[in-house]
Amino acid sequence: MADYDLIVIGSGPGGYVAAIRASQLGMKTAIVERESLGGICLNWGCIPTKALLRSAEVLHYANNAKDFGLKIDKADFDLEAVVKRSRGVAKQLSSGVSHLMKKNKIDVIMGEASLKKGKPAPTVSVKEKDGKSKEYKAKNVILATGARARAIPQAGLEPDGDLIWTYREAMVPKETPKKLLVIGSGAIGIEFASFYNELGSDVTVVEAVDRILPVEDEEISGLARKQFEKQGIKFHTGAQVKSLKKSNGKVTADISSGDKTEKLEVDRVILAIGIVGNVEGLGLEELGVKVEKTHVLVDGFGRTGVDGLYAIGDLTGAPWLAHKASHEGVMCVEGIAGAEDAHAFDAWNVPGCTYSHPQIASVGLTEAKAKEAGHKIKVGKFPFIGNGKAIALGAAEGLVKTVFDAETGELLGAHMIGAEVTELIQGYVIAREGELTEETLMHTVFPHPTLSEMMHESVLASQGRVLHM
Amino acid sequence: MAINITMPALSPTMEEGTLARWMVKPGDTISSGDVIAEIETDKATMEVEAVDEGTIAKIVVEAGTEGVKVNSVIAVLAEEGEDPDNVEAPEAATAGGSEKSDDSSNDDEEAEKPAKSEEKKAPDDKPKKSDAERTTSTGDSAQKPREAEGKDVRKELEGTSPKLADVGSGKDRIKASPLARRIAALRDIDLSTLEGSGPRGRIVKADVEAAEPRKKQAASEKKAADAPADTAKAAPDGLILPQVLDDRVYDPESYELKPLDGMRKTVAKRLTQSFMQVPHFPLNVDIKLDKLLASRADINEAAPEGVKISVNDMLIKASALALMSEPDCNASFTDKGIAYHKSAHISVAVAIDGGLITPVIRDAQTKGLATISREMRDLATRARERKLKPQEYSGGTFSISNLGMFGIKSFGSIINQPEGMILSVGAGEKRPVVDDAGEIVPATVMTVTLSCDHRVIGGAEGAKWLAAFKRYVEHPQSMLL
Repeated sequence: MADYDLIVIGSGPGGYVAAIRASQLGMKTAIVERESLGGICLNWGCIPTKALLRSAEVLHYANNAKDFGLKIDKADFDLEAVVKRSRGVAKQLSSGVSHLMKKNKIDVIMGEASLKKGKPAPTVSVKEKDGKSKEYKAKNVILATGARARAIPQAGLEPDGDLIWTYREAMVPKETPKKLLVIGSGAIGIEFASFYNELGSDVTVVEAVDRILPVEDEEISGLARKQFEKQGIKFHTGAQVKSLKKSNGKVTADISSGDKTEKLEVDRVILAIGIVGNVEGLGLEELGVKVEKTHVLVDGFGRTGVDGLYAIGDLTGAPWLAHKASHEGVMCVEGIAGAEDAHAFDAWNVPGCTYSHPQIASVGLTEAKAKEAGHKIKVGKFPFIGNGKAIALGAAEGLVKTVFDAETGELLGAHMIGAEVTELIQGYVIAREGELTEETLMHTVFPHPTLSEMMHESVLASQGRVLHM
Repeated sequence: MAINITMPALSPTMEEGTLARWMVKPGDTISSGDVIAEIETDKATMEVEAVDEGTIAKIVVEAGTEGVKVNSVIAVLAEEGEDPDNVEAPEAATAGGSEKSDDSSNDDEEAEKPAKSEEKKAPDDKPKKSDAERTTSTGDSAQKPREAEGKDVRKELEGTSPKLADVGSGKDRIKASPLARRIAALRDIDLSTLEGSGPRGRIVKADVEAAEPRKKQAASEKKAADAPADTAKAAPDGLILPQVLDDRVYDPESYELKPLDGMRKTVAKRLTQSFMQVPHFPLNVDIKLDKLLASRADINEAAPEGVKISVNDMLIKASALALMSEPDCNASFTDKGIAYHKSAHISVAVAIDGGLITPVIRDAQTKGLATISREMRDLATRARERKLKPQEYSGGTFSISNLGMFGIKSFGSIINQPEGMILSVGAGEKRPVVDDAGEIVPATVMTVTLSCDHRVIGGAEGAKWLAAFKRYVEHPQSMLL
């Protein structure tokens, strides 16, 4: 006899959202967490970094107060207070999740889970803090154990909690490093580079691919690089860190690009070279779960191929995003419940956001990928300088780019850089989910004066009908 | 403004249908999704759901009317705030109606109708609406859409100004995403033939894209079916004498006359056509069933609960595999050439109350027995309820008819055009068989008859197919290969 209809392992944005949806659908649900409710996202990821970046943003405005006709003699910051604020925000949200679990009558089991063969789903064994293990049976089990930073120990690319950091240490600094090396220029690397640069660190970013933010549209990548360089961040693209050597509280990096190698001495290093799934210790191998490159293989509804066992979120691979995990969680549960409107996951409709200064946001295919896929395309671009609100905000740098299929009018992709674009991108995501064509978007009324008008103009531009350029 | 409810097309080839039953009557309030009527096509009875909401003002086509043309108005719906009694309804247009009810006059009718009903409405409305609003609507009218007043002006303009564009009036509103509409228009796919997989049945891009290959297939099959049918159009109706019972010979009191329904008519027409046009020839073979029966028992023993494979399920699979082994037999005759089908879509004859229908197991060669069994059970159940969708009983490439359960030893079926062959399966029974050693031993044997279209299949090809089929049935484990 099963104890639960569903046990979710991991309480990040994938797991806890899945649990809530299950409870809404009338399933008796439990959630297992080994550390803190809310997972990395709430405690060590999305949310606390946004708190840090907000501090950096306010500092940026204070430093540039005179651009707005204001006088601030010398803007300064108290790092301890900045970090404290960030931790406070994380704590508030984590207790919010605890409240949500209670409200939805979801049992929270604290401890480390592993799985054993069982019917109709694997048996969940939880090792609690005191070392005792307890077994639970459920009709369905969802794995949502997430992921962690990748390390390459052979090259010394291994966090030590002191000089070589992951996002985790980078989030609670005791002092700002004078010289900082960020390895990897994905969203995580760029956000920390932007944050520490704003706080006055001398930041260098190394990226193996020939451009920064490699998943973004090439043009957007280029614009981002230009703006960051203007702010003082240095980039080595098409380059690799061959080794990291520590001595006297400093780290020396061998950075090689092509046939030349360069030595760089820094105070701290942040590793942001990718993510590996938390697949260990769960007993996946014995169950016959297929794991590829540290990620569990699943279908569009999170099915692993083992009866009653599902996986969602970072554990199942890119894009490693909280909103992707939550969405997968909901779809997986609806699939289990046989809900009428359950539909499989479409990775192309997951927006990606980088909360640096400037912000970057995108959804769908880049211009290059759209061409590669064989589309005949129409591209629309509209720069921030043509938008009244952007100029009034003092944020006239940026671009909104849209890519349409020339024939069908499908919005293949949208790519934005500039102020508040992470808040704007959802408009295009809705357009994609609702399969709106360029025509519908052109017919849509966008409020004036807002940054969103640029989204309209970009669509108009794709059809040669731009109004304000 | 009143909305016309029109006769829907339930399949790509449907031109007319019988309005079997109304589920609503004038004065009923309906909302989107309500079942309002039942329509009978050649083979199925389908429910018609309301797209819009409002009050049924008029039933234009009475229940039981046959030959109602697709897209002709069958009822009129009054929208909220409209007086159903004052809505004008167009004349019913049936196939038997006059030639004049062509498209252009239909359009005129629709363009005029709102104007007419407006005229009629105006007198009742004026005292309570227009006067009152006109005196009060000056204040904040700049901010809010001026509903009442704006509507009047707009309607006046509608009558006078030239038609701007078809802005999607109430007629044949199909729920589809803009992208799905665009792709359908580009590829010439009729959205009304699709079923939407999006929220609330909305047709999305994936549905249209999935429809394209089906459309091509349907087109080639339609060609196959139409080509001979066209030349023969005069034939069945002209050649066949009126089928009547002479009152002088059969006293009308001596029998009960049951009117023909859509299915009966279609079955009669199609089988007559096939029997007259297609040069049939039969091939017989005896097949030993003992191993198949043993495998079946074994499989069912090991199968999870709810799965029970029937002999027929295994014969479906064996047929599909035999068609893959002998691809020359998976063919349809057409005027332009012989269409060799790439996949085995097996039509299975199901006797139902009032006729016969052949639901199709698509791509049966790729499906496992459990899937075939499950699909077959579902299709047969819904066939008996006459709830099959047209796409579920058309597009087969080969048929099986099994009368074994009635103890029939052997029989020959009429080919289900445009398919090239049909297999008639007799009863499995204990018979004395001479084995390889020359001994007479008991064995379970069935006789099957393969009817072939000689325009497509030669005797040798048919024989090869039967040999392959026999091999699969007598050595069922070879189906695993």
